[in-house]
Amino acid sequence: MNPLFDIAVSVARIAVFFAFVFGLVVVMTWVERKGAAYIQDRRGPNRASIMGVTLFGMFHPLADALKFLFKEDFIPDGAHRLFYQLAPMFALAPAILTMAVVPFGPPVTIAGKQVALHIADLNVGILYLFAVSGMAVYGIVLAGWSSNSKYPLLGGLRSSAQMISYEVSMGLSVVGILMVFQSVQLSAIVRGQGELLFGILPRWGVFVQPLGFILFVTALYAEANRTPFDLPEGESELVAGYHTEYASFKFSMFMMAEYIHLVVGAAVLATLFFGGWQFPYLGDSGFAFPGGISVAVPAWAVFLLRIGSFVGKTLFFCWLYVWVRWTIPRFRYDQVMRLGWKVMLPLALANIFVTGIVLLLIDRGGF
Amino acid sequence: MEPILFMLFGAIAVGGAIMVVTRKHPMASALYLILTLFSVAALFVLRQAHFLAAIQVIVYAGAIVVLFIFVIMLINVPENRLPVERATVMRLLGVIAAGLLILETALLARRFAMPAAPAADSGSVQAVGRALFTDYLLAFEITSVLLLAAVIGAITLAKKKI
Amino acid sequence: MTIGVKKVARPRKMSFGESLYLIEIVKGLGVTIGHFLHNVAHNKDIPTIEYPEVRRTMPPRFRGCHRLMKRMDGTPRCVACYMCATACPAECITIVAGESPDATVEKYPVSFDIDMLRCVFCGQCVEACPCDAIRMDTGWYTPPDDSREKLIFKIERLLEK
Repeated sequence: MNPLFDIAVSVARIAVFFAFVFGLVVVMTWVERKGAAYIQDRRGPNRASIMGVTLFGMFHPLADALKFLFKEDFIPDGAHRLFYQLAPMFALAPAILTMAVVPFGPPVTIAGKQVALHIADLNVGILYLFAVSGMAVYGIVLAGWSSNSKYPLLGGLRSSAQMISYEVSMGLSVVGILMVFQSVQLSAIVRGQGELLFGILPRWGVFVQPLGFILFVTALYAEANRTPFDLPEGESELVAGYHTEYASFKFSMFMMAEYIHLVVGAAVLATLFFGGWQFPYLGDSGFAFPGGISVAVPAWAVFLLRIGSFVGKTLFFCWLYVWVRWTIPRFRYDQVMRLGWKVMLPLALANIFVTGIVLLLIDRGGF
Repeated sequence: MEPILFMLFGAIAVGGAIMVVTRKHPMASALYLILTLFSVAALFVLRQAHFLAAIQVIVYAGAIVVLFIFVIMLINVPENRLPVERATVMRLLGVIAAGLLILETALLARRFAMPAAPAADSGSVQAVGRALFTDYLLAFEITSVLLLAAVIGAITLAKKKI
Repeated sequence: MTIGVKKVARPRKMSFGESLYLIEIVKGLGVTIGHFLHNVAHNKDIPTIEYPEVRRTMPPRFRGCHRLMKRMDGTPRCVACYMCATACPAECITIVAGESPDATVEKYPVSFDIDMLRCVFCGQCVEACPCDAIRMDTGWYTPPDDSREKLIFKIERLLEK
């Protein structure tokens, strides 16, 4: 085939998904502030205006970005200059890399060629995700250590301990899903979720692995340093945690990394447990509801519905982060550790064990 | 393309490893170690061992080096208090021995042609899993028992009262 | 029992459902989304007062910024007796007295400065004034400004309101 076409497709895929994630990051900062305000009976951002148009404060992220760009780029005395400047890059790079394996739509045929809506469909899929997101801890740890200040140091220590602990339960909570769909490739997992369970429910991860879902969400929040697990930047005791000493664009890089993690996390959650781009009861040619009713839908509408379904699920989980953040107070540090090691880890192991037995029974025809 | 990439990542891995040993600052050493581990993972990918590459990054770069850094952070020796390293006879001998080892390896490696690229799915999760639970089951189980013993040992050492 | 020791009720033990957290978290999410949806639907009900445009109307006895009263002919009612400056606990009032051209009045304030950065809005000056020349009934709290000098209110400004 034409190599130029392949390159163009790759670039387009990267550009589109990049734009999607970054756009969502910008919107998320606004949603976070506005959502927080409305949950707390306040008005939230509504001042920034362009030519008198405020659009519910939608321009605040733009104003923030401008402000970050023009603030003084400051390196505190006694900070390790090289590591201090490397840290935001270490934080941002893995965050961006994680979005490579998330499938954001079904394969489409363009100019007689099948194009998968993936940046890269690796056959180690989910493992790549864990590997790369595990790198994110370096940014935080380096930032905490190189700032030469006690609060960032404590924040960095906390976050490294927390991220290692929850990575374990996160990895194990997904194993159940991998067992059910017999693949670690994200596209295969999504395809597997298109079938029906007992002929009624869509065979989504959340229905076959409810415990795995709860564990995964909890671990995801802990990995992304979100409330109720945002101890690395617990304002009340650590000022702002690992990025206390950062200003201007370096600070905004940490912010971006954090929000990209959220968005990609939401997309992965949708992919693993909510069928990714699968729309309930929607096949390639139309709806097929349980009970034999079927409605034909044209191919383009199917495609749009599926993309919309993925985007919708991602948006919902993005909103869930905000919603949970303004609902649950922060855990104490020892509670976080106890939850991670003494509750989540045994539960994740038990989940794998039970899943294994059930799958074996189904395989033997016992069900 | 593949041999070039192999050479490139090999060079980065070796260079990173040398930097790990020669850097004075422990944090710099740790970061170079990550670089080395990453390039080794890239070498695995080039030899179709995708699963191994992912595990390499998750376990070594993602967890073990984090623990190293954890310790470096906790001890936190200021830069001006780092020990001064001097060239001693032992170190010189070490360098010579290392050089000899590299030379030997290179001479040995010249005897073999570069093996052909393994089949595309020989390093996939399924293939590795099947190999672990059939051909290498005994080794796998014994390793797991060893690890269990290590875990229990660590807990008994760390915790006075259980 | 020792004096000052107060029995505090310990939180009762959590039931199984509560110790699972999940149900309680879902309940909490219900509460917050209730607030959210209510505020989206009834945007006008949000109690926030959007300050520079909208101002809270202060009660009539609110002690705000000072003003100096005038006589019928427009001259300040103040007779520069220093009662207010003496009474002021923050020592923020500085008066320079001059001889009044009016034969019926002995003195008048040549300058009358109130340092609003020091003023504690206690109202002692109003209490002390023998001729009701100074009042704090403007309903205004100290406006923000960008220099210290601008926040020392001169007599012209005090007479304005």
